[in-house]
Order: sequence, then structure tokens, then C-alpha cells
Amino acid sequence: MRELKLMKGNEAIAEAAVRYGVDGYFGYPITPQSEVMETLMLMKPWETTGMVVLQAESEVASINMLYGGAGSGKRVMTSSSSPGVSLMQEGISYIAGAELPCVIVNVVRGGPGLGTIQPSQSDYFQAVKGGGHGDYKLIVLAPASVQEMADFIGLAFELAFKYRNPAMILSDGVIGQMMEKVEFDEYRKRWTEEELIKNNPWAATGKTPDRERNVITSLHLQAVDQEKLNHKLQAKYREIEKSEVRYETYMCDDAEYLIVAFGSSARISKKSVELARTKGIKVGLLRPITLFPFPYREIDAYSEQIKGILTVEMNAGQMVEDVRLAVSGKVKVEHFGRMGGMVSSPDEVEEALEQKIIGG
Amino acid sequence: MIDIKDIIKPENLVFKKSKVLTDMEMHYCPGCSHGVVHNLIAEVIEDMDIQNSVIGVAPVGCSVLAYNYLHIDWHEAAHGRAPAVATAVKRLMPDKFVFTYQGDGDLAAIGTAETIHACNRGEDITIVFINNGIYGMTGGQMAPTTIEGMVASTCPAGRDLKRDGYPIKITEILATLPGTCYVTRQAVHTPGSVRKTKIALRKAFENQIAKKGTSIVEVVSTCNSGWRMTPVKANNWMVENMFPVYPLGDIKDE
Repeated sequence: MRELKLMKGNEAIAEAAVRYGVDGYFGYPITPQSEVMETLMLMKPWETTGMVVLQAESEVASINMLYGGAGSGKRVMTSSSSPGVSLMQEGISYIAGAELPCVIVNVVRGGPGLGTIQPSQSDYFQAVKGGGHGDYKLIVLAPASVQEMADFIGLAFELAFKYRNPAMILSDGVIGQMMEKVEFDEYRKRWTEEELIKNNPWAATGKTPDRERNVITSLHLQAVDQEKLNHKLQAKYREIEKSEVRYETYMCDDAEYLIVAFGSSARISKKSVELARTKGIKVGLLRPITLFPFPYREIDAYSEQIKGILTVEMNAGQMVEDVRLAVSGKVKVEHFGRMGGMVSSPDEVEEALEQKIIGG
Repeated sequence: MIDIKDIIKPENLVFKKSKVLTDMEMHYCPGCSHGVVHNLIAEVIEDMDIQNSVIGVAPVGCSVLAYNYLHIDWHEAAHGRAPAVATAVKRLMPDKFVFTYQGDGDLAAIGTAETIHACNRGEDITIVFINNGIYGMTGGQMAPTTIEGMVASTCPAGRDLKRDGYPIKITEILATLPGTCYVTRQAVHTPGSVRKTKIALRKAFENQIAKKGTSIVEVVSTCNSGWRMTPVKANNWMVENMFPVYPLGDIKDE
């Protein structure tokens, strides 16, 4: 039986984490996502599922706690917002280099710098292009509802463990703060030590006589060894690109124009599509759900059918570069976005479609 | 002629290599304290029979490769972050023995926040702190614990307190925190001091059984290459110059 609740996106993250059987949450308060840790502290999951919840001294510490927890084969996660996620980049790079699974939630706010506490999508580049040092990729999921905030906890952990790679839920202040009804799965048990060792034989759980010692590291002093790891990582990323693209379409079958948008911009754009349709404009919405892997081929598949694409993002134009890559100049692609914590209205988006794509 | 095989007999054995040590040749310079401390940790793990349930967290610095030498599970942490890594490992697996092995730059400069807060939370971990007053791996730069007047590549005329600040007595700072239960400063320059350090390490690991809080064993150490001294001269220099600033002995034992 799924249980129906009314809650904020941030609260849904916490509820879903406990229900999924997450072993540890490590975080540091930052607006607009502090409700995640606050909700967990109220839920006291250490009394029920045994989940550890710890307020760290900084985002630097919390991401390194994830490194330790993930290296132990545990399901561990953190959440933060843009400036905090910038602080985590060093640790994320180490986690990617050591091929460890974990989940990082970024409830994005406007930047650069201390910026604003209002919603934004200006961390797209940081999330999908690397963020920290070295050649690596995160698996990036973009929820567009409170329901998806909850559902993507499980999905993110599944993908993270399947590929031994950090996964990020790239949300924003709108989805984090808004309340919607959300259905939850039943509580799952956390792994027992035996299950954990069976599922993750690579984990540093104490060297028993039946196996070699496990060393969690991203250090390869010999260039030839480092390149070997780089090739392995790249092969993994190609496999993820082949198998894990997720996206959603709305009214695209007969579309002459396309809006491509993720997260809360996709919610707004859906309304804009409906507005445009009342004016007789045949426009559809394509919503990437995975930002890495990005639905390049799926967008390109519309190149023959459509006359133009508008990307809608709460930033200066970041995903638009990937959409342009997808269609390789075959179709005109323009960007519309508000910045600094401002959120577009459906009317603005519809107007931008008419001006930049249809009339432009 | 006596054959070596006639000498290697159980009745002649006065010292043996710990089974917790791997067979890999250590990369440390001759005279370096790291090898001695590694050996002591291996012996303590063997004596306590905890090889199956101990997890080490290695630092960045010369001992970044500590995981090559001890036959246990390891995490190689980012520079300064070992106490945060160890915090999660211990919290998620409270029945395991968890220790960090950190140098002075790692523990007292870049990782100050992680060190102080892990100790302040009273994490049930053991912190082994190698203080040789210099950055060995990167070629002998000034460390937070470099003493006044001590020459390093980034203070070639010696540490100038006005310009560079004071050598930080991080161990004394950590002893002020209620979360720490055992804070001691030792050395490994004589057979006697090696034995004392082993006793200290054993106590620091045993404190994890009683869940008393964080234990810290500082080992005032030499870095012959970084100090540009022979091993013997480095030991003498350490006794004459380092010990007055970093006096040996227990700072806290509760």
C-alpha cells in the first residue's frame, strides 16, 4: 500500500530516504533545503530503521563523511544548496575517482557567490559537466515535482550502486519548498552486514581472512595506471549514456515547435504549451529527466519534424548548449530564462516562444 | 661456516615481522619515523587480534601510501579530511576499530576543522598524528608545526613568527575538548620511546572498546630529507629543538 501525504519537496526527500533504507545522512544547514535534515531529526530514524543522521561542521566535512560511508558499502546521502555544493566539489571528485556510490541532492539557488536564497537552475553546468577536478561525470536526475523528489531517492541509489558512481538529484528552490501530495512506498529494511558484503564485495568493512584487503582510493601515482582508470570511467559513462537516458514528452506528436526544459521550468513550460495551443501554435514539451545522460538522440529525433526549439531554464543559458549539440545546427535553438532567483511565468515563456522562435 | 638456515630457528627468534605488515618495501627515506610507527600500529593490531575489524584512514602526505604497508582495509582520504571520513565509517559500523593516520599539514593546517570537530563530537576513533614540522612529500615546505627559526623551503631563512605565525600546539588544543579521552605526545627515536609509543597506541585503540571518546597519539618525528640531516643528526636535533616546544608525555588521560 502506498501512503499518501501532503508535504514539501525537501520533506519528501527525508521521508523517502528513511523509507528506502538509507544508512546515513550527513549534511550542513543551508537555505533553501534545511528542511531535509530538520525533518530527519524529527523522524528520529536511528530509533526505527537504524539510519545515522549527523549534522557536520561544514559541507566539506559532510561530503567526506559520504566518502567514508560510501567506501563502507553503505547507502549514504547528503543535501545542500549551490554554495554548499561548490564546497563539496573536491569530495565529489574523490568519490567519482574512487568509484563509490552515493546520492547528493542540490536544491539550487541563484548565484554566483552567496547569491540569493531564491530558486535557480544555474548549477546545470556544475552538475552535468563535472564540477570538481578531473574527467568524471555524475548521474544527474532532475525532479519536476514533489513526487519525483521522493521517487528519485530510490532511483538515484539504484543507479549509483549499479554503476558505482555518485548520483545527484538536481532540484531547485521551487521544488524544494512547494507542497504537493506525494505517495510513498512502504518501509524497506536496511541491508544487513551480510547482505552489504555480498552486494558490495569491494567495500572496506574489515579485512576478513577470506579475501584480499579492500582499499578505497583515487590515487594512482603511475600515469599509465591513472589512464587505465580514466578509460574505465569513460567506458562506464558511455554505458550509462546508452542505457539510462530518461525523458518525458508532452504534446510532441504533431509539434512544429519544441520547448525543452527540466525541473520546475518544465512545470511552467507545460502551462505555456497549453497557452500556445489555445492560439493554434503546435508546440510540444520535451523534459529531460536525466541531465547526465542527456537525451541528445531523443531531441535530435525531432529535428526533421520541427522548425525550432526554445529551451527554458532559470539561468543564462546552460542546457541550451547541449540542445544545440543534439541537433547540430539542423534546427534553430534559442534560450529563454530568468536569473538570480526570478521565476518565469507561463505567459513570459509563451511570449518568448512567439518572439524568439516563431517570429524570430 | 654457519648457514643462515641454522640461525633462523624458533628458539633464536627475538623479533619478528608482524603478520599485519605487508611484504611491500616501504618508500620512506632511511631514518624516517613513519616506518617505525607503521610497524607499531601493525603490532598493536596483531596483539589485539583485531585485523578483521580494523579500518584505517590514510592521509595526504608521505604516508598517503600507508595502505600499501598494513594488511587491513583502508580509505585514502583527501588532504585533511580523514577525521570526517573516519567519523562516518565509525558511526555506520560502530563495532569496528577505526583510526586515522595524519601528518601535521593534514591534521593541523588544511584539516583543522575536521580534526577539531571530530574530537569535539567525541568520535570513538584513534587519531595517530605524525608531527615532523615539515611537508615531507611536497619537498620540505613550512608546516603549521614548524618551530621558530626552523628552515623550510617556504621559509628559507627560518620560521619568522611575525610573518608566519606561531607553531600550533594542536594536541594541547584538542586536549581541551570534552570529546577527547586520551591525548598523549610520544616519539620513536630510542628503543625506550618506541616501547612507550606502542603502549600509548594500544591504549588509544582499547579506548574504542569502552567508547570513551577520541584518542590522539602525537608522535614527534624526524624528516631527514626535509630537514636535510642524517638520521642521527635529525634525532639529536629533534631532542634539542622540538621537544622543548612539544614536550613528551600524556596531556590528558580520562
